[in-house]
Amino acid sequence: MFRLLMNAGLSLSLRRLFDEVGTVDCVGIEERVAKYTTRSLKKAAKLWGLRTAVSMVDLTTLEGKDTPGKVASLCAKALHPSDDPTVPQVAAVCVYPAMVRHARRALGSDTAVRIASVATAFPSGQAPLKTRLAEVRAAVADGADEIDMVINRGAFLAGDLAEVSDEIAAVVQTCGQATLKVILEVSELESYDNIRAASFLAMRVIRPGDFIKTSTGKTSLNATLGNNQVMLEAIRDHYLDTGVAISMKPAGGIRTAKQALQFLIAVKETLGDAWLTNERYRFGASSLLNDLLRQIEKERTGAYQAPYYFSEAAESY
Amino acid sequence: MSSLKTLAKSAARNGRPAPELIFGDLWEYDPAPETADPKLKARYDLFINGQFVAPKLGKYFDSINPATEQKLAEIALAGPADVDAAYVAAQRAQENVWGPMSGRERAKYLFRIARLLQDRAREFAVAETMDGGKPIKESRDFDIPMAAAHFFYHAGWADKLEYVAPGRRVAPLGVVGQVIPWNFPLLMCAWKLAPALAMGNCVVLKPAETTSITALKLAEIIADAGLPPGVVNFVTGAGETGAAVMNHPIPAKIAFTGSTEVGKSIMRSVAGTDKKMTMELGGKAANIIFDDAPLDQAVEGIINGIFFNQGHVCCAGSRLLVHEPVAARVIAKLKQRLKVLRVGDPLDKNTDVGAINSKEQLAKITALVASGVKEGAEMYQAPCKLPAKGWYFRPTIFSSVTMSHRIAREEIFGPVLSILTFRTLDEAVEKANNTAYGLSAGVWTDKGSRILKMSTELKAGVVWANTYNKFDPTSPFGGYKESGFGREGGRQGLLDYCKLV
Repeated sequence: MFRLLMNAGLSLSLRRLFDEVGTVDCVGIEERVAKYTTRSLKKAAKLWGLRTAVSMVDLTTLEGKDTPGKVASLCAKALHPSDDPTVPQVAAVCVYPAMVRHARRALGSDTAVRIASVATAFPSGQAPLKTRLAEVRAAVADGADEIDMVINRGAFLAGDLAEVSDEIAAVVQTCGQATLKVILEVSELESYDNIRAASFLAMRVIRPGDFIKTSTGKTSLNATLGNNQVMLEAIRDHYLDTGVAISMKPAGGIRTAKQALQFLIAVKETLGDAWLTNERYRFGASSLLNDLLRQIEKERTGAYQAPYYFSEAAESY
Repeated sequence: MSSLKTLAKSAARNGRPAPELIFGDLWEYDPAPETADPKLKARYDLFINGQFVAPKLGKYFDSINPATEQKLAEIALAGPADVDAAYVAAQRAQENVWGPMSGRERAKYLFRIARLLQDRAREFAVAETMDGGKPIKESRDFDIPMAAAHFFYHAGWADKLEYVAPGRRVAPLGVVGQVIPWNFPLLMCAWKLAPALAMGNCVVLKPAETTSITALKLAEIIADAGLPPGVVNFVTGAGETGAAVMNHPIPAKIAFTGSTEVGKSIMRSVAGTDKKMTMELGGKAANIIFDDAPLDQAVEGIINGIFFNQGHVCCAGSRLLVHEPVAARVIAKLKQRLKVLRVGDPLDKNTDVGAINSKEQLAKITALVASGVKEGAEMYQAPCKLPAKGWYFRPTIFSSVTMSHRIAREEIFGPVLSILTFRTLDEAVEKANNTAYGLSAGVWTDKGSRILKMSTELKAGVVWANTYNKFDPTSPFGGYKESGFGREGGRQGLLDYCKLV
């Protein structure tokens, strides 16, 4: 992480944005989040956290080898994660645009489980804007409730901040009724300062209830407690300054229930009760769900079940 | 950065209520008590000449758990005859065994103590928390591991003493008398014992009367480690016992950590003798926040600086000096942060702030806070529930404090922060140094050159930059002015326990 201490040459526009929104001390924020990992959750508190985490999962499959059949299986799991009636449905399924219509067919139209789709030439975003917007339009037309877009990291690092904002604004327009999630791809932004600055760039053009999201899950480093905290603090500052409540989605790398609970503790202690709902907080994950279910079952029975007692719907990324 | 007020107004103008975060009870943490057995004895005797012995006068006093106000154990009250016996044992051990022993051999004992302490870390953490009131996460993650680290570090020095003062040879002083405070009972014990022993000195140590238990548990470890009898002696008791330890003719050096008031009286009593001294006394540290500081991390540093160990820290950042342009924002963030600070049962793993060490200390804090209110400072207290029984104090911040307020000048030694503002760097330095103390300071800024300038101008033994309350056995610690003299830790700390020959 010490790489994050150093910023390679900064553009003037980025420097100005730092002056405006403030910077982040890398050592300090990592000390802060280390304290979340020492919180101890017992009994009812643990169970509440686990169930809430289930309700926040965006059950994801984003692979070149995805098929309509795999997506149908994912949707079935999303609707009915477990035979335990106390376990809620997940928040959404997250698929590639080509799979949206298959997901819609599997879920039907009368369902609380939403369909999220990664559009805008995910994960690189390296396609002409026109193409990216067309992809968003197609996904929405096929029945996507939520669009997960990637920002233009190249433009951000080159200091063309207006281009980054304008592109996000264009996607907001194109989304229509669909909720937008803006993926910052934190590992490509290189520093906590940049993550904070990019969070503000996005938050200033998206609508209340839209999300900022850490990662595509396609790079080496994805959601961590550190970059989650930077973004939560940005959301808090933006909310207190403007009254606009932005939602948050860490994605990639959250595989265990223990991790998920630590992320939730960060939410509770940074943004408070109003963000402890799946309208304000999501987990982008595939293998997390079964570990949550396993831990819930352990709380109920007092014993760990073998992993094969839980139906597989998606492989991990 | 526009001020918070105008921002709140503009939000209100948009027809929305002023935004607020809700830190309610939607997701309450269940109690998570640490359950390890502290293995307490009902009665603790003195540890003299390698044996637990009853005090000659047969008197005992109670050690109270500040979180429950219940008695934990009886502690022997050492009289002058007991202190004398301890010194005689220490002198014999120093002259015949410990002093002549090679450094390499002494190191083995110190390594053994460190390892035994690690082996019994959980047990010691629970005992420390019950005896002193500090949260279990601090005794578990800081006090005990750091105490072990001091033994490890000085064990490493014991066979390398020829490198402590290059070009000179070093020799032990002889017998050392030490008196330690109640805020970090075991850790202070380790700070004092480890360098003294590594150098070949023998020790008579008196723990604070409210927190003697972990020192006496350490005596068990010292016995288990097979340390020769008399090398370490513990005498327990209150001020009179302490005076007997400090005023005895045998010790070549006395080392004291505690209040400036007591430190002064000790210095008066040893004036005219040739005893060496180390004094680690009070503090009223300035934690200085510039407008370019990373504010959220600075707020964490402020919280850690003043609420760590309920503010019972001599180097606590008890005066916050904040740059005017960001003062409103920092104070708003601090209040926000106070809302999620968890005050309560020290044994609960989720407790951030535990119990005040003693009833007397609680009364002192309460009186000083009342003076702050009376002198016109603006008080804000964390809106937390406090346990019905036990000695607790709400984390408190005062804004609109001026340098003439008592809460800006006197050491409170509790969870109370005084906030002052400044406009220029020079004003910050002047205010920071405008105190009788000079133990520590903190500087928060993105600008490296400013850190270097501040660290040379601040009259404080430790200056932390963009962090606070960081300790390490390799780093010397000690004060300027009425915060004392002499250093503990590192090579400098060792030099205070030897003579150059």
